[in-house]
Amino acid sequence: MPEQLNTDALEKAPVIEPGHTFGTVTEKISAIVLTRPASNGWFAGFGLAFMLTMMMLYAIGYLFLKGIGIWGDTIPIGWGFAIVNFVWWIGIGHAGTLISAILLLLRQSWRNSINRFAEAMTLFAVAAAGIFPAIHVGRPWLAYWLFPYPNTMRVWPQFRSPLMWDVFAVSTYATISALFWFIGLVPDLATLRDRTEKRWLKIIYGMLSMGWRGSARHWHRYETMYLLLAGLATPLVLSVHTVVSFDFAIGIVPGWHTTIFPPYFVAGAIYSGFAMVLMLAIPIRKIYGLEDFITERHLQNSAKVMLATGLIVAYGYGIEAFMGWYSGDRYDAFTLWNRLHGPYHFWYLSLLTCNIFIPQVLWIRKLRKSPTALFLISFVVLIGMWLERFIIVVVSLHRDFLTSSWGMYYPTRWDYMTFFGTIGMFLAAMFLFLRFLPAISIFEMRTLLPEAEVKEA
Amino acid sequence: MKRNPIYGMMAEFDSATALVEAARKTHQAGYKKIDAYSPFPIEGLAEEIGFHHDEVPLVVLIGGLVGGLTGYLMQYWISVIDYPLNIGGKPYHSWPAFIVITFEMTILFAGISAVLGMLALNGLPMPYHPVFNVPRFSAATKDRFFLIVFSSDKKYDAADVRTFMEGLAPRSISEVPS
Repeated sequence: MPEQLNTDALEKAPVIEPGHTFGTVTEKISAIVLTRPASNGWFAGFGLAFMLTMMMLYAIGYLFLKGIGIWGDTIPIGWGFAIVNFVWWIGIGHAGTLISAILLLLRQSWRNSINRFAEAMTLFAVAAAGIFPAIHVGRPWLAYWLFPYPNTMRVWPQFRSPLMWDVFAVSTYATISALFWFIGLVPDLATLRDRTEKRWLKIIYGMLSMGWRGSARHWHRYETMYLLLAGLATPLVLSVHTVVSFDFAIGIVPGWHTTIFPPYFVAGAIYSGFAMVLMLAIPIRKIYGLEDFITERHLQNSAKVMLATGLIVAYGYGIEAFMGWYSGDRYDAFTLWNRLHGPYHFWYLSLLTCNIFIPQVLWIRKLRKSPTALFLISFVVLIGMWLERFIIVVVSLHRDFLTSSWGMYYPTRWDYMTFFGTIGMFLAAMFLFLRFLPAISIFEMRTLLPEAEVKEA
Repeated sequence: MKRNPIYGMMAEFDSATALVEAARKTHQAGYKKIDAYSPFPIEGLAEEIGFHHDEVPLVVLIGGLVGGLTGYLMQYWISVIDYPLNIGGKPYHSWPAFIVITFEMTILFAGISAVLGMLALNGLPMPYHPVFNVPRFSAATKDRFFLIVFSSDKKYDAADVRTFMEGLAPRSISEVPS
């Protein structure tokens, strides 16, 4: 397509509002960390999130005391909230890697202003996700048995199980995300080291920045490393949710045993992740006055990614339903019928509404430009994606092959406390991140400025 | 060997363009032991100061190969030799099932090698470095650009280098104590 036909290009909002220099970009972003006092709103938000975190620790402490009988998990529904929440959180993390790695490889420079906090989001989301399988194993103090280590029992893990693959996929993902995030911070930590006037902060940022001095040789190796890491993180992120979907797809339970799962899980992950990015970016840019850096363009682009991945997810639902009919398998057909007419039909219809019908309003440009509308739609999508995992986990399990083994799932207060507690933990970590580290990559923002261009004499 | 009390001569510039040009001229003038500092990566700058061999990709390749082999051989040794279990009648050497972990281990090792390799080749962490002795150098992480000729350069002579640097129209010139 010739570019002239793209009317959107003509009115594209800039990535950085004009008038900024290296100095103003540096000052503006580092001031949030170095000079701006923490507001009452910050303390209120952090306090609330911290209390939720404490509630989670209480619920987990009680769980360790009593065992997973305090949850709603029973046979036939052995995977309840724990796995629903695990998949939901890890999916949210995927957008951070997509923004930082895949968009880097695709040379989408607008990503530079949102990649840092999106990566932080990934890290905290993976941390929240990681809690669930660990506490779900029944005897969580033995969770390290998942890893192959030489032991006196002379037993080893069983590598033909997708659950084992998941252990490797998720721990690799957590490690690589942490590395990517931290190493991306190093040049900015050096900036903070040189900007702060407090001696103890200078020492801390100095240690963390490892003596970064911006040498041309260092930058060269740094850029090579960053690009390679992005190249490695790209197949990694696609593999993580693929492997998560294998946890289901390798099993023979109707509603799980399908080949559409890997792509539709990955699309769903990015869908919910961008929703979370928007829900974080919209208040952050408003409160910290970062509208110059996180512009309308970022919101619009995120909305478009949401729209596209949402349609892939819709296609996934469509294929699932089609296969329920076309396969001729009576159990698959029953799963579809049960979703539409069974005891959980309200939640299935809510899922379709939240994930497919409501987000279609993103076709309207006016709504893609409105932060309030985007915030609300993102919230709806996050609910929808949680419901999707609930439908997959619970509704597939509750009525399988034998009617004699059918059952219902009733989550307990401990399930809810743990779930909302992880949201608190995620937000608490986000609040701390905003105060102590630059939420926008300063050095990558500098490269976007017109003065960064080297003019040949 | 007695340490040279002077580490080098440093010039400060206002823009990326000025730095690249100055680096090129300095290198062409026969100064080989030089370095340039900037607040963000500048394409082509490393080449101007005579840096051509970036070993990071090689380190990553080796890391990835080691990781992949470790992943696969570990699974093979455990599932076939040390602890063979019959799982659903599958062969002990179920190679398709081993691919996922092999892949993840490849990425894990390659990623860690990328980061550690970059740091090691760059000689980081290095909390103290002579260039930090120049007070104005703190702007190298904000909006200033610096070029240094090390005193270890064969052609180095304080007065000559200063005169040469003045010809590059810098913002300031300072001697760097080591």
